This record gives sequence, structure tokens and C-alpha cells, in this order.
Amino acid sequence: MSRVQVPCHIKGAVALQVGDVRTVQGRPGVLVIDVTFPTAGPFELQEITFKNYYTAFLSIRVRQMLCDMDKVLELRLILRQPSPLWLNFTLEELQFFQHGPQSPSSAFTKWLSHPAPYEQPALLLQQALPDPDKVSSEVQQMWMLTEMIRANRTTARIGRFDVDGCYDLNLLSYT
Amino acid sequence: MLQEEEDLSLTIAHIVQKLKGSRLYSQLERQAWVSLQKPEIKLESLKEDIKEFFKISGWEKKLQNAVYSELTVFPLPRHPAAPPEHLKEPLVYMRKAQGSWEKRILKSLNSMCTELSIPLARKRPVVEQKELLNKWNEMGTDEPDLSLFRPVYAPKDFLEVLINLRNPNYENGDHLNLKTHLGLIQVPLKVKYISELKEFFIELSLNTGQLGIDDATQVPPELFENEHVRLGQKVLAEQDSAAAQQYIRQGSPTALRAELWALILNVSNQPEDLLYYEQLKSNVIQHDLLVDSLIYKDVKLTASNDDYYFVFEDYLYQVLLCFSRDTSVLGHFAYNSASPPKSYIRGKLGMEDYAVFYPPNGVIPFHGFSMYVAPLCFLYHEPSKLYQIFREMYVRFFFRLHSISSHPSGIVSLCLLFETLLQTHLPQLFYHLREIGAQPLRISFKWMVRAFSGYLATDQLLLLWDRILGYNSLEILAVLAAAVFAFRAVNLMEVTSLAAAEAVLADLSTLKVMPLLQIFLFATIT
Repeated sequence: MSRVQVPCHIKGAVALQVGDVRTVQGRPGVLVIDVTFPTAGPFELQEITFKNYYTAFLSIRVRQMLCDMDKVLELRLILRQPSPLWLNFTLEELQFFQHGPQSPSSAFTKWLSHPAPYEQPALLLQQALPDPDKVSSEVQQMWMLTEMIRANRTTARIGRFDVDGCYDLNLLSYT
Repeated sequence: MLQEEEDLSLTIAHIVQKLKGSRLYSQLERQAWVSLQKPEIKLESLKEDIKEFFKISGWEKKLQNAVYSELTVFPLPRHPAAPPEHLKEPLVYMRKAQGSWEKRILKSLNSMCTELSIPLARKRPVVEQKELLNKWNEMGTDEPDLSLFRPVYAPKDFLEVLINLRNPNYENGDHLNLKTHLGLIQVPLKVKYISELKEFFIELSLNTGQLGIDDATQVPPELFENEHVRLGQKVLAEQDSAAAQQYIRQGSPTALRAELWALILNVSNQPEDLLYYEQLKSNVIQHDLLVDSLIYKDVKLTASNDDYYFVFEDYLYQVLLCFSRDTSVLGHFAYNSASPPKSYIRGKLGMEDYAVFYPPNGVIPFHGFSMYVAPLCFLYHEPSKLYQIFREMYVRFFFRLHSISSHPSGIVSLCLLFETLLQTHLPQLFYHLREIGAQPLRISFKWMVRAFSGYLATDQLLLLWDRILGYNSLEILAVLAAAVFAFRAVNLMEVTSLAAAEAVLADLSTLKVMPLLQIFLFATIT
């Protein structure tokens, strides 16, 4: 499940509108974002991530060399926001990913490669051993998720609220 | 399919992570070890036998309840790439507004500190500690001079902030159009339509039995009440949180309510909890905080003056003073748009090793805060149990009533829901009140911020709070507020000033909440 970000060039959002954007009242409901990959050649697109800012509908047009997502050359993202009440809409933090290197050995967690002694008999008893690639990729995923969650935890000190018995404070700080 | 699996993995990893640090985890571990002594646990089928043991002994149920509690309380990150602020509040303009509001509160507290020359926190001399310990059960008899203290803010100050909330990306033009909202709240949040509310609150419909309606003296108890009580006893025997939450949507029998709420909130009576409460009590004895005076003042101004709650004055101090010292409350700031105020040990300004939160639980009480605790005193008489129930109610529900967020149960959404319901279903009344300068939200805001505590009769309030627990949502507060206006619509149409409108709605103590809700949701012709 590892993925590698593909460097891209994002041509700014172009509003599709009849007439001059500045003089005409009303909001364009359609924006087009063109994405090219000048440094990378045709690649297999695996994932697109973005942060949505008030876009309602998204269509994606891909220009590729073959029929499926192999060898993607260019992308065109068509954004629609039919409601005139929103002043602006776009997609932020657009990122594109392709498949990472196949061998997962680089990110193996220690316990998978060195199982605890009491677990070994259980493994031997199993009828069919699971596919090691699938297991290792699932393990990596779980490990990544738990790491992410650990990073997100609030760093609150549970229990004591003072510092070495002292709770003599200045004023409250604004930052 | 892949997305669902990923979501599930994320959910499981999250909950496992949280429960691993809990007491339940070590208890389960201990139980598993102990069970090895039993003859029915065999080595060949160790895993299955232990699982079976957990099921029979009720430990699996406890784990189920803990998982259910986590799922209910802790909203899960929607996307692994979402930063932690998104869990607090996804909309940037709301986060900014909450930040500015907090800054105002801090400034207010700081200026109170400097004006009165009172420190934020002070270690009590031993003599004073002994004194306080002696009169711990009768702190209400104290008459400290609180005249110089003023509440940090009152609900009406908060309302002004909410009225001025704007989404910078939204067309707030001057020209009226179909979308113009005639109320005070001018942010475009999604609130439920009445058809969605009818579905959401389906157990309150006309053909479902309710406590608060179908247990009236004229109704023979065999029709509904007896069976409902029997069902409640069964739910308690099973000790299943999810079942209890579903059951309580139709109301809780008075005799079972304390236990049911404890089951739903997953509050148990362990010796460790009593110890924890005693630890908090000793923290109160050792350190005196400025917020203590705010709490005293609030209790004296609100609960002590209330006919129903003045008897519980001492309990309120015992709960609220301990609440301020409880650092476990800091955990809820992960999903609260608010953040705890920070300070530094004197002389160590800016040094992160000496950074602390103030108060230790990060919650600065405002005028009326003690009314969140008061109704619970009718259900729980043991201080540590009362404390735990209140703390759980606060970190699940009450915090949303005084922080700025886009959450459907947040106060902003509740205000918008109230105004939208009124504007849609009682347009004549809404327009009339607006014309005479009596915007309905100005009257109903204080009801919702306090979850109607102090406005309804206690038995009615508890029936309302049953539904808050049952539906895990505060939206019922907005619906009730609209229902009250609908009920008194005829009188309100005749008033010609805000003061007169306030007078019509001043006394809610005779209202019966369940019939009002039922009529508004299911029997009003729209």
C-alpha cells in the first residue's frame, strides 16, 4: 500500500464563463484545473488526494496512453458549484500518487520478523499460511494507522496539574 | 470496498489505542490470567475458552459497553490525512471565531486578576487547609465576600458573538432573496428539516408509548407503563449500554433512572473512582483557585436562589470545585472546538517545561454553569458518583452549549435549527415578533444554553435529559424551544414589545415537555 507522490504542474483554476469575469455579475459555476506531469513520464495513477473548498461536483478527465489508469499523461479536473451563494470554490492541496516499490521489507515491524516464542507454535498449527505479501501490507497499514493516531493524541498530562508541587502562576497567556 | 475496510481498520486501531490505556484493559488482562486456573480453560483451545469465559462472566459485555462508549463519544477522524484541528472543528472560520472568543475570556479573567490583586492560584496555608477539610460538607454556610467578583461572561454576551458570526465565503448580501434568513444567526449550517426530525425522533411519535405522556394518572398502567418498567429492569439486568440508550428514548421510570444513566454513560462504581474523587478533593484542599470564587458566586446567584435546587448547594461546591482540578477532562478538547487556557509557573514565562493549563481541567465556568449539575443531585447522593455522572455529561454534551462549532449539536446549529423551525412552521408569529423587536432567539437562547435547567420543573427536565441521552444529541433542545413558542403562539401574537414577549415566556414551570414535543413534531399541520 505504499505510495509515492508524483510531482505535478497544476495550471490555475480557469473559470468557464461567457464574457469578462471582472465586469459580469454573478459567479461562474464551473472551474477547470489542468494538471500535467512534465518531469514524470506516463505513470500508473493510484490515488488523488485533495482538500475540498466548497466544490459540489467533480469530474475528472484523464488523457492516457492505454485504456486503464496505466500511463497517465494529463488530467483535467472539472469543478462545479451550482449555488451562487458561495463566493469561491476550489480544490486545495492536490496531490497525486502512484504505486510505491513492491518489496515491503523496508518497513517491516520488528515483531513480524521476530515473532514472540509462544506465538510460534500457533503459527505452525494453521492449516494454510496466509499470503506473506498481503499480511505484510496489512500490517504496515495497521502500523501506519496506529502511528498516526499516536501522533494525534493530545499531550495532556493525566493526573498532576502542577509542576513539582508548584502551581503558582503568572497571568493566562494568549498564544 | 477498500475505503470501508480502511475506515474500519482506522476505527479499530483508534479504539484499541484508547482502551489500551484504560483500567478495563488491565482488568481484562488480570481476569484472563485468573481464568487459567479454571478447569474449563484448556491449553489447546486457549483463545476460544478465554473468550467463552469472558462472555459468561459478563466481561465481554463490559468491553462491549466500553467500545460503544468510545464510538458514541469520540468522533472518528474521517480521513487519515485530516489534521487534529479538523476533529475539533472542520471549518476554519468557526475555529477563528472560537479563538477570538477565548481570547476575550482570557483577557477578562486576567483583568479581574490584576484589578483585584488576586492570584490565579495559591497554595493554601496548613491552617486554612484544615479549616476547609472540616467544613467540606457545608461549604454553603460560608459567606465569603464575592461582591468584587463578576462572572467572566453571561449567555447574552455569548449570543452577541454568535450573532456576529459570518462565513467569509458566503454571500451575505443586503438584498433579500428566497434564502434570506430572518433570524439572528447568519451562518449557513445544515440543520434538519422537520421531516428529518420526525425520522430521527421516531420513538417520540404518536403511536409509541412515552413516559411523560402515557404514564399520566388517567391512563391505566397496564397499557404501557408496567411493561416499560419491566423492560427497563431487564435492560439493567443485562447491563447493556446500547440497549439502555435505545430504551431510554421512551423515557425512564423514576426508580430506574439513576442506574440507567450510569449504564448509558458507562460510569461504574469502582473503588478506584472513589479514590480518584478523594484525590481531587485533596487537590481542592491544597490549592485555592480564582475560578473557585467564580464557582461560589455562580452557585450563590443561580442554584441557591432556585426553589428546587437550593437544598443541594453543598453538593454543587463538592462537585464543581473538584471538576476544576480534574485533568482527565482535558481529553475532551481533542473533539471540542475550544482549547484549554494556558499559563506558566511564575518566573518561568515561555518555558514549555513549566507550562500548565488553567484551571487544571481547562474549563472556565460562566454564569449559570452550576445549573448543569443541579438536576443531577436529584438522582445521585453519593458525591463521587454524582461527580462522575456530571463529568461524563459535560464531556459528552454540555461543552457543546458554550463553544463555537459547526457540530449539529453545537449551540450555533441549535440556534439555527430553532430559528429555522420557527420561521418555517410559524411564519406569522416569527414575523410579528421580529417586527416588534423581539427576535425569538433572544428569549430562547438562555433556555438552550442551560439545557432548560432551572426553567422547567425537575421531573420534566429529567424526562427531557432522558431523550438527550437516548438520541445522543442536543437537537431536542431546539425542537422544544420551538414547541414552547408554538404552544404560546396565541398570546405572543398579541404582544407589542420584547418585554411583553419575555413576560409571556417567563414561566415554563408548568409545561409538560413530552406532549409539547409530540404535538410540534407529529401533530402540527404544516
